[in-house]
Amino acid sequence: MTPAARLDATFQALADPTRRAILARLATGEASVNDLAHPFAMSQPAISKHIKVLERAGLVTRGRDAQRRPVRIEAAPLAEANGWLEDYRRLWEANFQRLDALLEELQAVIPTRDKN
Amino acid sequence: MTARTPFTTQVTTPSDREITVTRSVRAPRELVWRAYTDPALIPRWMLGPPGWSMPVCEIDARVGGAYRYLWRSDADGTEFGLAGVHREVDFPGQLVATQAFEPDMMGGESLVSSDFNETAAGVTTIVTTILYASQEIRDAAAASGMADGMEAGYQRLEGLLADVAA
Repeated sequence: MTPAARLDATFQALADPTRRAILARLATGEASVNDLAHPFAMSQPAISKHIKVLERAGLVTRGRDAQRRPVRIEAAPLAEANGWLEDYRRLWEANFQRLDALLEELQAVIPTRDKN
Repeated sequence: MTARTPFTTQVTTPSDREITVTRSVRAPRELVWRAYTDPALIPRWMLGPPGWSMPVCEIDARVGGAYRYLWRSDADGTEFGLAGVHREVDFPGQLVATQAFEPDMMGGESLVSSDFNETAAGVTTIVTTILYASQEIRDAAAASGMADGMEAGYQRLEGLLADVAA
């Protein structure tokens, strides 16, 4: 897969709320398809379909254990999907810009020791 | 200082389980402390992406004191919360608290440390370090910001496509 196609697959995989919930669950540790199907009130085949999409995007891998074939999260493609820290940073920056405005407003009312 | 160069937010990953966010603001740290601990002030800035409000903000800024924040989406009423207990409260320099999601999507508790240092006259540098229970949880927490942003992006795209089709 080209990097662009990979990124596309990652974004497509993440665009679905069930798949994001599956990833959130897997962030706490590997799980079998059965374990994953349980909280979603979904059939095993439906969950398997979602897992296939995540697997194709490289976001999860399946273990070798023939019985359980546990599903594991793969953090690398998420990190590669370059919004990773940048979008996280932007979330904080939005907060800090509101904090800037609030602090300015508070200082306009309360004279601070640094003003002279 | 006459020219007011804007401060920028820096995000680093000092270890596998940590994220550090650094940002300076133009205010003495006593005032920054107030913005971080006063339940009347927190909902005015700690809001995350656009379109969210904080209808519940409870905080007891004492060692052992609890806090609880609840955010609500203006668009569809979706809610999510963060709650925890203060471990260290050292006015006006450091706040350390546990943090867990409500409902617990990420499994487990993280530890959030906010340090306030006056690095120049009237300038406070805020260093926030979040220590997650595991690397996987840290990565998922950071990536969830991306997923939320994309969800909004996809919704805008859907709206646009609906307009085009109409």
